[in-house]
Amino acid sequence: MPDLSGSTDSLPHVSRRTALKVLGGAAGLAAAPGVLAACSSSKTKSSSQTQSATTGGSITFGSNYSDAAPKAAFAALCQSATAKTGTKIAINTTDHNTFQNNISNYLQGTPDDLATWFAGYRMQFFAAQNLLTPLDDVWAKIGANFNDAARNLSKGLDGHYYFVPLYNYPWVVFYNKSVFASKGYTVPTTWDAFVSLAKQMQKDGMVPLAFADKDGWPALGTFDIINMRVNGYDYHIKLMKHEIPWTDKGVTAVFNQWAEILPYAQKGATGRIWQDAAKALENKQAGMMFQGSNQVAANYAAANLADLDFFVYPVINEQFGTDFMDAPTDGFMLPKKAKNPSPAKGVLEAIGTAEAESTYLKTDQWDVGLANGLVAPSYNAIQKKAVAEIGKCKSVAQFMDRDTVPDMATAMIKLIQGFIDDPSSSSISSIQKSAEDQAKTIFS
Amino acid sequence: MVSTTTEKTTPPATTKRRRRRTVRRLSRRDKLVMALLLGVPLLLDLAFVWFPALATVLLSFTKWTGVGGIHLKACSAASSLPGIPQPGCINGVQNYNQAFTNYPDFWPAVRHNAIWLLVFIVFATPLGMLFAVLIDRGIRGSRVYQSLLFLPVMLSLALIGIIWELIYSPNYGLINTIIGRNGNNNLIDWLGDPHLNLWAVLVEASWRQAGYVMVLYLAGLKAVDPSLREAALMDGANAWQTFWRVVFPTLRPINVVIVVITVIESLRAFDLVYITSKGNPLRGLELLSVSVTQNIVGETQRIGFGSTLGVVLLVISLVPITIFLYNAFRREER
Repeated sequence: MPDLSGSTDSLPHVSRRTALKVLGGAAGLAAAPGVLAACSSSKTKSSSQTQSATTGGSITFGSNYSDAAPKAAFAALCQSATAKTGTKIAINTTDHNTFQNNISNYLQGTPDDLATWFAGYRMQFFAAQNLLTPLDDVWAKIGANFNDAARNLSKGLDGHYYFVPLYNYPWVVFYNKSVFASKGYTVPTTWDAFVSLAKQMQKDGMVPLAFADKDGWPALGTFDIINMRVNGYDYHIKLMKHEIPWTDKGVTAVFNQWAEILPYAQKGATGRIWQDAAKALENKQAGMMFQGSNQVAANYAAANLADLDFFVYPVINEQFGTDFMDAPTDGFMLPKKAKNPSPAKGVLEAIGTAEAESTYLKTDQWDVGLANGLVAPSYNAIQKKAVAEIGKCKSVAQFMDRDTVPDMATAMIKLIQGFIDDPSSSSISSIQKSAEDQAKTIFS
Repeated sequence: MVSTTTEKTTPPATTKRRRRRTVRRLSRRDKLVMALLLGVPLLLDLAFVWFPALATVLLSFTKWTGVGGIHLKACSAASSLPGIPQPGCINGVQNYNQAFTNYPDFWPAVRHNAIWLLVFIVFATPLGMLFAVLIDRGIRGSRVYQSLLFLPVMLSLALIGIIWELIYSPNYGLINTIIGRNGNNNLIDWLGDPHLNLWAVLVEASWRQAGYVMVLYLAGLKAVDPSLREAALMDGANAWQTFWRVVFPTLRPINVVIVVITVIESLRAFDLVYITSKGNPLRGLELLSVSVTQNIVGETQRIGFGSTLGVVLLVISLVPITIFLYNAFRREER
């Protein structure tokens, strides 16, 4: 913090009030983000920040829940919010990918009053560019409903809240109970057990690990989990923020570890979409698959879902055990340019409750709500286990494409596809060099 | 294009006197109509061709994420926080330097664009011409062939991409299932293998390009005066000689159009790769146009850098365009 006071002096247009607010809100934050906060909030004392939540009126809600099932669940969520607040909600649904690709223009143009988005850096990135409205007053009301992990995910780099979470889902190793029972496999808890299980599966004529990376992002999850198992959560976050160079030997260790298990993964991964990999698991052609429950469980036919189970990624480094995992969180943000911020905040207060999350999760068999201790009545075995396992984690990461600058994630997608095609040590070192070269220009 | 209009409307120098008189005879209404007819296209041309082109060139010297304005100061002097993009600033030739030295997609993209062009010129276009000649000879069922070969042209490239994705899919795809290479140890990864996927996509592209060229060429062939062929037949020329010595030369205008189309189609190759790799170009499928889009459209936009790649593509495109225009005008002057 001493740095902060020194830096704020040099900024001409920081009012005393803002500086105090920053000091108050930025407890535990590094100095640099604090300075940033001072810059942005001094400019942002618009009416929307001071307006508190109201009920009634009407708002528009930009949604990327474009698939049929989440779309219906989202409509139910909005209906319950309307019933609670009296605010009419008009939902504008946009295709998932289109919504994400246009987000920058969307937030700068004429955004809806509320919009669906992702927690963590992916939200902080836009908050820091002054495109989102702080939600501190909303969190004053809903704060008690969430634990510290959820709170930190919803904060911008300046320590203010910009996000209200809805659900998250774990990245774990899925398997079919019937296959494990019939072949007498046991759930591996250590790396060696994991590798020998994979070997055994191969001997039994199965693909040990269903794997697909044509979409680019699924393999980022494998990198994340091995990184967190080998180097821990703090290392992951520092690497994502480029405070550790990509040429670091910790990264080499991750790739080397991965290269041990890669021969047991489904071949031709870079040409396969993840749905086909999930199908291989469901058809019992593959023994295990490491991916998010939001994908694997969601892709399973209802009849087969009861057979699906998961275990957390095995321990690699005793120091970190199984303390961490990727559990990406989705939720909502209030764009700076929203026309009706007050009723929008009212709706967010209604959404940020266990009750509203249960409404959303009624038809959802793979995600889990974030509210404290929420076990929605509709939860299946997978969801109940997911709540327990996420709860056991000391820290929960979002995902590489949510924890770092999107450009860097894009660069890594390409490089990791290169690693899958050629996991030799010379290839690993050229991948690390290229990652570092690109990181230097992206983070400059 | 402006110069084309003037060349066409300028009458020969000998009629200078008469032209003056004509101009003087124009009523105010004529002038208004003329101004309108010239002015509107000119304005549209400026607004939709020249302005974006110039803006792209200017933007290529900046660093800009599309958030906020562009400040007229150097990026090195602007404030920066790690991980949060700088406000728009002037980056000099840094973008170009980055593209040529650091950006891993650049040189593969140039190479793939060149391969694309080569395959079209050597394979797809001649194939389309062959189809056209065969169908023109009136073989049995030529109408059926014509419709079948033309079918891909009527489908959008996006649809073609999806159709072929089903054909190439590693475990459940048509090809691997038929040849029995869909097991885990023997499967062929058509779209994922960086040594294979460009060729796989080129098959898709050629499938369409051949049909396209066939239709154009067929139209040309139908217009060839039958008496020319008769004359060639009388002189004892065989089919091969008739085509290459008589028909092909008379089709010169169509040939030029086809060459131009082939070059343009290869430079603007985009859709198939974009659909196949869902936005993030897979390794082995980098193309300049896809790189431009990938940098400019997306969650974070590197508009400056994307513009730089756009300018490079523009410069490359200018080469065939210049050659074409030069030839076209030279012929007109003759």
